[in-house]
Amino acid sequence: MGLLLGGLYLLLHVAVVATLPPLLFGCIVKTKALFAGRVGAPLLQPYYDILKLLRKGSVFSRTTTWVFRAGPVVGLATTLLAALVVPLAGRNAPLSFAGDLILFAYLFGLARFFTICAALDTGSAFEGMGAAREATFSCLAEPALFFGLFALVRLSGSLSLSSMLGAGLAQEWAGAGAPLVLVVVSLFIVLLAENCRIPVDDPNTHLELTMIHEVMVLDHGGPAFGMILYAATVKLFLLGAVIVRILCPVDTGNPLLDGAAFVVGLFALAVAIGVVESVMARLRLVQVPSLLVAACLLSAFGLTLLAG
Amino acid sequence: MTLVLLAILLVGSSGFAGLLVGRAWGAGERIAAALHCVGGACGLAALLAPASAFGDALVLPWSIPEGEFSVGLDGLSALFLAPLFLISSLGSIYGLAYWREADHPESGRRLRVFYGLLTAGLALLVVARNAWVFLLGWEFMAVSAFLLITSEDHEKTVREAGLLYVFCTHVGTLLLFALFALMRHASGTWAFVPLGGVATASPATAGVIFLLALGAFGMKAGAMPLHVWLPSAHACAPSHVSAVMSGVLIKMGVYGLARICSLFPSPPAWWGATIFAVGLLSGVLGVAFAIGQHDIKRLLAYHSIENIGIIFLGLGLGLVGRSLHRPELIALGLGGSLLHVWNHGLFKALLFFSAGSVMHSTGTRALDRLGGLAKGMPRTALCFLLGAVAICGLPPLNGFVSEFLLYLGFLRSVASAESGDGLWIGAAFSAPALALIGALALACFAKVYGAVFLGEPRTDAARRAHDPGALMTVPMGILAGACVLIGLAPALVTPALDGAIAAWSAVVPPAGAASVHAPPQVASLAPLGWLSAMAALLLALLAGGAAFLHARTRGAAAEPVLTWDCGYAAPSPTMQYTSSSFAQSLVDLFAWALRPRAHAPRLTAIFPPHSEFESHVPDTVLDHLLAPACRRLADAATWFRWVQQGNTNAYLFYILLTVLVLLLWR
Repeated sequence: MGLLLGGLYLLLHVAVVATLPPLLFGCIVKTKALFAGRVGAPLLQPYYDILKLLRKGSVFSRTTTWVFRAGPVVGLATTLLAALVVPLAGRNAPLSFAGDLILFAYLFGLARFFTICAALDTGSAFEGMGAAREATFSCLAEPALFFGLFALVRLSGSLSLSSMLGAGLAQEWAGAGAPLVLVVVSLFIVLLAENCRIPVDDPNTHLELTMIHEVMVLDHGGPAFGMILYAATVKLFLLGAVIVRILCPVDTGNPLLDGAAFVVGLFALAVAIGVVESVMARLRLVQVPSLLVAACLLSAFGLTLLAG
Repeated sequence: MTLVLLAILLVGSSGFAGLLVGRAWGAGERIAAALHCVGGACGLAALLAPASAFGDALVLPWSIPEGEFSVGLDGLSALFLAPLFLISSLGSIYGLAYWREADHPESGRRLRVFYGLLTAGLALLVVARNAWVFLLGWEFMAVSAFLLITSEDHEKTVREAGLLYVFCTHVGTLLLFALFALMRHASGTWAFVPLGGVATASPATAGVIFLLALGAFGMKAGAMPLHVWLPSAHACAPSHVSAVMSGVLIKMGVYGLARICSLFPSPPAWWGATIFAVGLLSGVLGVAFAIGQHDIKRLLAYHSIENIGIIFLGLGLGLVGRSLHRPELIALGLGGSLLHVWNHGLFKALLFFSAGSVMHSTGTRALDRLGGLAKGMPRTALCFLLGAVAICGLPPLNGFVSEFLLYLGFLRSVASAESGDGLWIGAAFSAPALALIGALALACFAKVYGAVFLGEPRTDAARRAHDPGALMTVPMGILAGACVLIGLAPALVTPALDGAIAAWSAVVPPAGAASVHAPPQVASLAPLGWLSAMAALLLALLAGGAAFLHARTRGAAAEPVLTWDCGYAAPSPTMQYTSSSFAQSLVDLFAWALRPRAHAPRLTAIFPPHSEFESHVPDTVLDHLLAPACRRLADAATWFRWVQQGNTNAYLFYILLTVLVLLLWR
C-alpha cells in the first residue's frame, strides 16, 4: 500500500514538474499584458511555442562543433534532474539525501557552463558578450543562494531540501520571522537574476547589445531552442517552488488542500514577477552587480540574525 | 615497504641510464621512460595492499651524525604516493613526445635525470619518518625542480622564474630547519613522534612549531600570500614538469602540514581556524587572479593556488574537528581535503597535458592567439573539457565529490545544535565563499575553453593545429578516465581515504586527556551511493536528450551556414569576443586586489591613427609587496657588501671559521 502511494506520488511529482512550468510563463506574460492594457497572448501560449519549435527544422553554423548542440541537452537534463530533488508542497521529493541542496545548486552550474560554451562556440561577438555577462552575474548570485539555503539549514537542523522545506517550516515563522523575510527577498532577487527577468535582464528586449540570456542562444533554433525554452520554464518553476514553500508553509494534513495552496502560491509568484516586470525598468548593466551584492548581504544578515 | 624503496631507486636512477648511451635513435629517453614506468608500477603495486599490511617503519643505520635512515609507510603517506607515481609515470611517457631528444638536444638529458630525481625525492620525503630523511627528500625535490624549471634557460623570463623559485624554496627550507630544531628540542628525538604531553611541548612552543610549519609548507603549497614563486615557475617549466609540479609537488606542502599537525593530539582551535582563513584567501584570490591571465599555463598555475585553498579549507575543518572532539568533522573535512589532493592531481595534470599539447601544436601559450582548436584537435579538446568540468567542481566528475564532502562538513557544522557560534557561523559563511570560488572557476574555464577551443581560429597556427600522437593522448585519456571514474563511483576511493584519516588520527592521547574518538568512515557519513546514482541518472538523461535532439534534427537540418551574428554577413575571426573581453567585468569587480594595468591609447584627432591597447594583471603580492621590500633590504645591506667578495677561497675561509667557532663554543 505504502509502495503504491509512493509510486503514485512519484508519478504526480514528475507530471507536475513536466507540465506545469510553461503555464507560469504564460501567467507572467498575461499579467504584463493586463498591466499594459492589452488582452495579451493566451495563457497556454508557451506550450504552443515549445511544441511548434520542437517540430521545426534547424540551421547550424559551420563554425560550431558538438559543444553547440550539447548546450541545450545539458541544460535540459540537469534541470530535470534537479526537479527530482525539489520538494513540492512540503511533500518529500522523489530523491532526497543529505546534501542534495549542493547538488541542486551545482547542477545549474553545469548547465550554465555548457550554455556559455555553446554561446562561445558560435564565434559571434554578441553571444560572447552575453556569455561574459551571464558568467559574471552568476558569480554574485551563487553566494546569495548559498547564504539563503544555509540559513534554512540552520533553522531546520536538517541537511536535505525535503526536510528543510518540510512540515516544521510553519513553526519557524513564529521564532525567526525576520531572518526568513530577508532570505525570501534575497532568494527572489536570485530568482529574477537566474531566470533573466527584469530588472536584471529583459526577456522581451529587441536590442542584442543589452541582452544577457537571450543573446547567448541567438544561434539556437528549432528543437534545440525548444529545449532551452522548456528548461528555462522548469528552472523558474523550481526556484519558485522553494520560495513559495517558505512563504506559505501550509500543512493542513490534507494533501489536496496543501497542493492547492502550493499551486495558488506559484501563480501568485508568477503574478508578482509580472508586476515587477511591469512597474520597473531594466537596470543598467553596471548596476546589476550592486543588486546582486545586496541580495548576498540580505541573506547574510538573515543568517547572522540566527546566531545566539 | 621494500617495494616502495625499490620504486624510489628505479625512478631516481631512470635518467642516468640515458647518459651512457649515445644520442642516436633516442634510446636514452625510451630507457628512462620505461624505467620510470616500471618504478611507478612497483610503487603503485605496493600501495594496493590494505593499510594494515604496510608493516613497520624500516630503520637502517647511516653515517650522518644524530640520524638514522628511518622510512615507513602508513595510510597518509600512501595517499600522497599514489598520485605521485601515477602522474609522474604518465608524465614520463608524455615527455617522450613532448620533449623529444631530437628537438631539445641541449636539455633533454638533463631533464630526464632530474625528472627522475625529483620523483624519487618526492617519494622519499613522503615515506620519511625522521627529520633528516625528510630534509634529504625535500632538498632533492627543491634542487631538481629548479633545474627542471630552467630547462629553457636561454630565455630571460625562465631564468628569472627559476631564481625566484630557488629563493622561495630556500626560505622554506630555512623555516624547516627551525621547525625541526624546535621539535627536537621538545621531543628529544629527530623522529616524528607525537608531541602531545604537557612535558614535551609548551603551548607557546607548539604554537611556534605550527606557525613555522604553516610558513614553510604554505610556501611550498603556494598558499596566498606565499605563492609568489608559483605562477611563473609553472608557466616556464615544460608542460609535463608543470603537471608534476602542480599535481604533486605543491601537495608536499599539504602533506607536511598534515603530518606535523597529526603529531599534536589536541591542538588549539586557532590552528585549524588559521589554516581555514589561509584557505579562504587562497581560494578566492587565486581564482580571481586566474581570471585576469592571458597565458594559459599561468592561468592554470593560479588555479593551483585556488585548489590549494580548497584543500586547506578541508584541512582546517578537520583540525578544528580534532580540537573540538567532533570526529565527523575530521572525517568530512580531512576526507574532502585529501580526496581533493587526488582530484586536483588528476585534473590539473590532465589540463597541463592538454595545454602542453596545444602549445606543442601551435607554439603559443597566449589565449587570444588561439581559437577553434576543437576542430583540429578533437581529442585534446575533449580532454580539456573534462578537466575543466572537473576543476570547476561540477557534477558528475571527481571535483564535485571532494567539494561535496567539504560542503557536507559545513552543513553538519551549521545544522548541529552542539556547534558553538564560532564554528557554525564560520562554516555558514565559508559555504557561500566556496560557492563563489566555484562560480569564478566556472567563469574562468568557460573563458579558456571558449577562447582556445571554440569559435574560429584567430591565427594561422591555430588553423593548422592537429592532435598529437598516442604518446601524448593516451596519458591524457588515462587521467580523464580516472576523473570520470572517481566522479561516477566515489565509493571506490573511500578505503584509501579512511586509511589516511585513521593514520592521521592515530596518535596516542596524552595521559589524563579524554581519549580521542576514532573518526567514522567517510562512506558512513556521506551519501556516496546517492552521488553515484545521481551521476548515472544524469548520464541517462543526457543520453536521452542527445538522442532526442539528434532524432529531431537529423532529417530536418539545413545546410551549415555562417553564424548569424545579428545579420552581419562577413564576420571575421578577430571580431570574436576575446578572453580579455570575457574576463573584463570580473577583473573590474576584483580590481581592488588584482590592480590590473591597462595601456590605453589617447585619442586626440577626429580620425585617430593606428593605436594599440594592452592590459595585464601582474602579481600584486610580488610587485607591490615583495619587490619593494627586497629593494629596501638590499639598500640597507649595502654596507655589508665587503664580506661578499665573490671569491671561492674567501667563502671556504668563512666556513672554516664558522666550524671552528662552533667547535669552541661546544
